[in-house]
Amino acid sequence: MSTSPVTPKPIKTNRIGLQILDYRGGKTTLCAGCGHNAISERITEAFYEMGVQPERVMKMSGIGCSSKSPAYFMSRSFSFNSVHGRMPSVATGALLANKTMRSIGVSGDGDTASIGIGQFVHFMRRNVPMIYIIEDNGVYGLTKGQFSATADIGSKLKTGVVNDLPAIDICALAIQMGATFVGRSFSGDKKQLSTMLKAALSHQGAVLLDVISPCVTFNDHEGSTKSYRYMQEHEEAVSEAGFVPYFDEIDVEYDANTTVDVRLHDGSHLRLRKLHEDYDPTDKANAVKMLMDVHDKGEVLTGVFYVDTQKPDFATMLNMVDEPLATLPEARTRPGRDVLASLMEAHS
Amino acid sequence: MTTSQLLAQGQPTSELADGAKQIVNDFSIQVATVNGSGSQSANSVLLRSIFRMGVPVSGKNLFPSNIAGLPTWYTIRLSKDGWVARRTDIDVLIAMNAETAREDVLSLAPGAAVIYDESLKLNELRTDVAYYAVPFDQLAAATGADAKLRKLIKNMVYVGVAAQLLSIDMEMVENTVRKQFAKKVKAAELNLNAVRVGFDYAKSTLTKQDPYVVEPMNATAGKIIIDGNAAAAMGAMFAGVSVVAWYPITPSSSVVENLIDLMKRYRVEPDGKASFAIVQAEDELAAIGMVLGAGWAGARSMTASSGPGISLMAEFAGLGYYAEIPGVIFDIQRTGPSTGLPTRTSQADLTFVAGLSHGDTKQVMLLPATVKECFEFAIEAFDLAEQLQTPIFVLSDLDLGMNSWMSEPFTYPEKPIRRGKVLDAAELRKLGGFARYRDVDGDGIPYRTLPGTDHPAAAYFTRGSGHNDKALYSERPEDYENNMLRLARKFETAATMVPKPILEGDGRQKVGIIAFGTSHWAIVEGRDQLEREGEIPSDYLRVRAYPFTQETHDFVARHERVYVVEQNRDAQLLNLLKIDLDPVEVVKLRSVLHFNGLPIDARSITSQIAAQEGASK
Repeated sequence: MSTSPVTPKPIKTNRIGLQILDYRGGKTTLCAGCGHNAISERITEAFYEMGVQPERVMKMSGIGCSSKSPAYFMSRSFSFNSVHGRMPSVATGALLANKTMRSIGVSGDGDTASIGIGQFVHFMRRNVPMIYIIEDNGVYGLTKGQFSATADIGSKLKTGVVNDLPAIDICALAIQMGATFVGRSFSGDKKQLSTMLKAALSHQGAVLLDVISPCVTFNDHEGSTKSYRYMQEHEEAVSEAGFVPYFDEIDVEYDANTTVDVRLHDGSHLRLRKLHEDYDPTDKANAVKMLMDVHDKGEVLTGVFYVDTQKPDFATMLNMVDEPLATLPEARTRPGRDVLASLMEAHS
Repeated sequence: MTTSQLLAQGQPTSELADGAKQIVNDFSIQVATVNGSGSQSANSVLLRSIFRMGVPVSGKNLFPSNIAGLPTWYTIRLSKDGWVARRTDIDVLIAMNAETAREDVLSLAPGAAVIYDESLKLNELRTDVAYYAVPFDQLAAATGADAKLRKLIKNMVYVGVAAQLLSIDMEMVENTVRKQFAKKVKAAELNLNAVRVGFDYAKSTLTKQDPYVVEPMNATAGKIIIDGNAAAAMGAMFAGVSVVAWYPITPSSSVVENLIDLMKRYRVEPDGKASFAIVQAEDELAAIGMVLGAGWAGARSMTASSGPGISLMAEFAGLGYYAEIPGVIFDIQRTGPSTGLPTRTSQADLTFVAGLSHGDTKQVMLLPATVKECFEFAIEAFDLAEQLQTPIFVLSDLDLGMNSWMSEPFTYPEKPIRRGKVLDAAELRKLGGFARYRDVDGDGIPYRTLPGTDHPAAAYFTRGSGHNDKALYSERPEDYENNMLRLARKFETAATMVPKPILEGDGRQKVGIIAFGTSHWAIVEGRDQLEREGEIPSDYLRVRAYPFTQETHDFVARHERVYVVEQNRDAQLLNLLKIDLDPVEVVKLRSVLHFNGLPIDARSITSQIAAQEGASK
């Protein structure tokens, strides 16, 4: 029997002294194997690794399986599960009230591309500073398996119904509308999704991440283009993403001929090694063309498609005071008696 | 008759040739033009000049849903008795619109005066009115104004003609023009010149044949003239609003347009940064979504809309009620259903807004009747929204919102801004935590935290789905029922906090009148008519909010017959009262309705009540 003293394993903490437990959420009620759970895991890790204070985060969502998922990560963050397709407006209002908060929105393909497309495009057009994640499975889960507007033409429901309308490419749409960080990933691609999430956290502006997230119950069968198997066979990465956070020293050399280096808002670097010969993440038209071309071949393009670090975000454009509007004292929100007196004089 | 020193020399002050009596400060002027012709500032000069002479006035614009070219009528009522409701009779017509001139003249009562463009040859239509032909185009050219400006200048010419014929003090006209164009000296001179050209023409060419005269009084000293939407915007600013999201819709747009001007002037800090955000949303769904997002995150937030926009907001209104999020929604009512008459007034959103949303929902409404209440209720609405943690609807209407009303000046809010039950980090450290939807104080109002509160137990999950008192998802029957009962309790608390009704009369009459909003002005005049002409004295209770307060129940109980006057078809206020009142009291309620899109007038009320009273005797 050993008598040597047991040194307790040090508790692992992040940059601000919090444990991964401090970033956990409630127990998921989604199906076992649902892609959404893997995404919640990646989100939890990204916020933990980047050392974001959970109380400084607003989790926004609409309605659907995906929109339930904010309950399953970061319970210490403030969460708003709003109405179907309207998360963008609620998130915009919340950010106007307090622009010092970090925001992450989780939506689904139905919540975004079907009922919510109107608010989605205007949110991107405004470049509202939030990470907007679409957990994209091409199908309605809570109402038991109807197509959404991201379902590919020709894809088949379990019941045999074939989709005969074209899919909305939500990434191409976001790029055209004015989003400043647009990419697609796959819930099963741990490394790529983690890298993209951390880079997204370093960006100031509207981030759109379309994450293909297979629905194991209603859309993971033969004939589906959003199944695990289809993604394993058809995923084509446009670049290999690397991320150097602002708090790490940049010591990795990179070849400018093969790699695009993007300096993000907080000083972090996103390193994109080209896997596609025409790849240029600063060229909108090129990004959209590439998405279309690859989709026509039946492949699913993933990676960071477009980044613009210069365009001012919506909160900046409004030229608001530095402090949150929400908590400004009365002295700064209620003009004085002299103002009322002069207004009354003007109407006398 | 009295002449004033203020009256310009040469104005007609003698009695009419045939010895008929003059009618002083008790008549209506109507200007018939086409919209887009720029007559608005001329009409405003007329209104304000008379107001500056101390004579009570009101100005109402009857305009089409159109940008330019369709008929518009602007009516100024002068009333020495201070009545400012719409009056159906027109006494002085300024006919500038060829298209409607014929009908406009034929609809006048005998004895009226018609100032018209010479080319319209209206004097052949009938012989029992007084005609004043004016060569407006010629006079506009004589002002020397640029050809492009003559169409606009013509309007100021009729101001001059009317001023001379009606004895409106030219000094007041001049002051008004100078104030109106304070920042544009050249424009002021141009307009003043046009007024003088009209005045001189009338003086040298026209002979006074009608009885209508304006004489100075002292009934407007210290008062202001403003429209309800501008007043509401001022109220919102002094309430400390900081997030505004809106979608343009008549007749509410000017609430936010006024607010934008005000905030740019008074809420930009010395470093040039704004203590506010105003966003023109893509639709009303987004507007109310932003309002609730901002309210949830702790900002005072608002939107302004009208019928069709309010319809779109229904789902979010339910979320605001059920998830308990503050926000202020101004509904400047117009006629519905559907697009309805977008530029006409109505009070027909009452029952819709009272329960706006699916499911059991009760919304709090404030019901202003005066421009001063538009200001005060705007401030009250923001306080109530945060204190009650629920959306507050302020139901104005087109008549109140877009027309010009006299008022006592607004008073600066004495009470500090009240933000309701918000826990900060220090309080959470003491408490250790909190349950978002727990009724700690027994008033149905729970405590909340704002995003960003630096305490591990500060966060909670806001949702429109079923929840328990800890804001956790719950489908348990007792959780749902308890929560709904608490919300009902909160509504009862609201009844103790909203503005109380106002009683006019001694409270001892048999006949009672209940109304809300702009019907008020026709009712005060109608009560006078009922008492003088029909010997029907009445008491009048003006409700100013929903939920109704105890005073409303008491008022019905104290009267034998209660007339509920409102501007809609379906007796909406009466029906809401029915839900609340003891069934034995309900039988006392009778309905007086007016719903043709025009503001209600006193005569409609007087005749309907007199007829029903006659039948009940």
